[in-house]
Amino acid sequence: MIERALKGSPKYWGWVFFLLAVISVGFMCYLYQLKNGLGITGMSRDISWGVYIAQFTYFVGVAAGAVMLVIPKYLHHYQKYAKIVVFGEFIAIAAVTMCLLFIIVDIGQPMRMLNVLLHPTPHSMLFYDMIVLNGYLAINIIVGYNTLLADKKGLPCPGWVKPFIYLSIPWAISIHTVTAFLYAGVPGRHLWLTAVMAPRFLASAFAAGPSLLIMLLLFVQKVSKFRVDPEAIQSVAKTVCYAMIVNVFLMFMEFFTAYYSHIPGHIAPLEYLFFGLHGHDSLVGFMRFSMLAGFVGIGILLVPALRRQNGWLIAGVASVFIATLIDKGVGLVIGGFIPNPFETITEYSATMPEIMIAISIWAVGALVLTILYKLALSVREEQQIA
Amino acid sequence: MSMDRREFLKAAGLSAVAGLGAKGAFDLFMPGDVDASEHEGHSEHGEGHGGMAEAGPKVRLAMAIDVLQLKDHSKVDKIRAACDNAHNIPHWDSKDDEIKWIWEDEYEHVFPDSHNEYLADEVRELPFLLMCNHCDDPPCARVCPVEATFKRPDGIVAQDYHRCIGCRFCMAACPYGSRSFNWFDPRIPLKAEGRKLNPRFPTRMRGVVEKCNFCVERLAEGKKPACVEACPDVMIYGNLADPNSKIRKVLRERVSLRRKLELGTKPSVFYLV
Repeated sequence: MIERALKGSPKYWGWVFFLLAVISVGFMCYLYQLKNGLGITGMSRDISWGVYIAQFTYFVGVAAGAVMLVIPKYLHHYQKYAKIVVFGEFIAIAAVTMCLLFIIVDIGQPMRMLNVLLHPTPHSMLFYDMIVLNGYLAINIIVGYNTLLADKKGLPCPGWVKPFIYLSIPWAISIHTVTAFLYAGVPGRHLWLTAVMAPRFLASAFAAGPSLLIMLLLFVQKVSKFRVDPEAIQSVAKTVCYAMIVNVFLMFMEFFTAYYSHIPGHIAPLEYLFFGLHGHDSLVGFMRFSMLAGFVGIGILLVPALRRQNGWLIAGVASVFIATLIDKGVGLVIGGFIPNPFETITEYSATMPEIMIAISIWAVGALVLTILYKLALSVREEQQIA
Repeated sequence: MSMDRREFLKAAGLSAVAGLGAKGAFDLFMPGDVDASEHEGHSEHGEGHGGMAEAGPKVRLAMAIDVLQLKDHSKVDKIRAACDNAHNIPHWDSKDDEIKWIWEDEYEHVFPDSHNEYLADEVRELPFLLMCNHCDDPPCARVCPVEATFKRPDGIVAQDYHRCIGCRFCMAACPYGSRSFNWFDPRIPLKAEGRKLNPRFPTRMRGVVEKCNFCVERLAEGKKPACVEACPDVMIYGNLADPNSKIRKVLRERVSLRRKLELGTKPSVFYLV
């Protein structure tokens, strides 16, 4: 089946080579980082995690989002999702690949990475994160590939795959719960020390992952003969809308607890992110834009008349995707480090090589997704002709 | 580098052998400070400080810092220099890249949870010396995915630079900002400064985390921590588990503060004011 990725139009190949070019520039930057050290990034003694870990966190969520199609299809036999669920699983494969790469580029001694296996440490949340992420990647490869292969042959999904499908549901929840535990379990970082961290992570994940899926499904219908039932897309859009409402609701819980209790430590990071703290406000514009985009997205997706028009639908899900990307893929990690343990402020801004490395990981994700979607589309097109 | 691998391994081997005999070393240099019956102790977590020590380990090393003595600022410099030299700590120009094992800061930054705008000027302006707290319940050791940082039976929170993968989870977890990461190769500034290196302690490589190690390498050789040796009147160390130790005596007599007690980490560094 994989050979189908090698047959494509000039546009397809142009896109693939464009991604490869971006990846090679990023790879050069990574070699530069490997040679000189992580000092070439904007990270510092005070802001010891930056865009790499923030993006890692975000894409764990995107990966977990696939479960929003798996549950209706396999637990409730919602057949409208039968043709598109594999596209969600393939997003998960690409997103987890990106997560693993973001971890690799972030660690100071990548050649010692296997120490995590050599010295397994069950009291560290990173140990569990390694297990759940690699497990989720494997599950989605097994399920996605075999269900697609069965479709290609016109056969029902083989029985042995079923347990993996059911396993993928709690596993998807686990990847983002454990990722939230990386943050929610450390003392002294007020923005992170919150019991709603994992629920909020899941809510924003179930908004972000399906948003991306809708954008991609609308796009692939332009470049292929594959057609998706509009009702299926509408159902996914409703999922996005409700999940985003829960996410915003939980964010307001954070605001209430901090500002009504008046506890300075709880207020400070929110103040920094949304209003500026002691004259430091480099993220305020982003965070306010994120909040605005979140409301705009909810507004559009909530109104059926707007949601049913593709232009508005794209605007709605794109707003949600960007809102969650800024909120979780930037603000959450940086805000946790501000103010620092001495209640002074060091700000962070990513450097060019750091941004290039992050962009090239996006390009790797896009490349994986392109190849997997090419396979899926070729099978779906055949099914439609038959 | 003035120390090659072989020399380092020899030194490390010697330290390890000395480590086995550390009880003897304690008896020699801190008479009455270590219970003679047992060095290893029970590594039961949770117990340890403030009168409950009897049920806990036999050795619980701690440091009391007489901050009032630091009004004489030359002592701060002396202590910092002693630590820098003992551990080949590089000096970076940028605050972002700094490696800090022991350094000074003001009350309001050291105890940000105990803001007091009416604090006596005398205390407000004192240079408090900051270092790793060698917590009884260290969050850094809890989160480390490879046990590169771990708590020893004597209470020291140690760091293995050769196992550390540089994920910096410990830096996020430490509520005291005690950990530094080698963003660049630390040997570059050491070379540029032309500093005389201490061949008894390894320089580090880029990409690993480091912090105050309570001079475990010196303790293993029967020496005192470098800061204690530099200013024994300021830096008072000893065994918290022993009610008759010097540190327990000074803690009984003087008012002491510890950082961020509400987090439950139980710091082993006490500030005498």
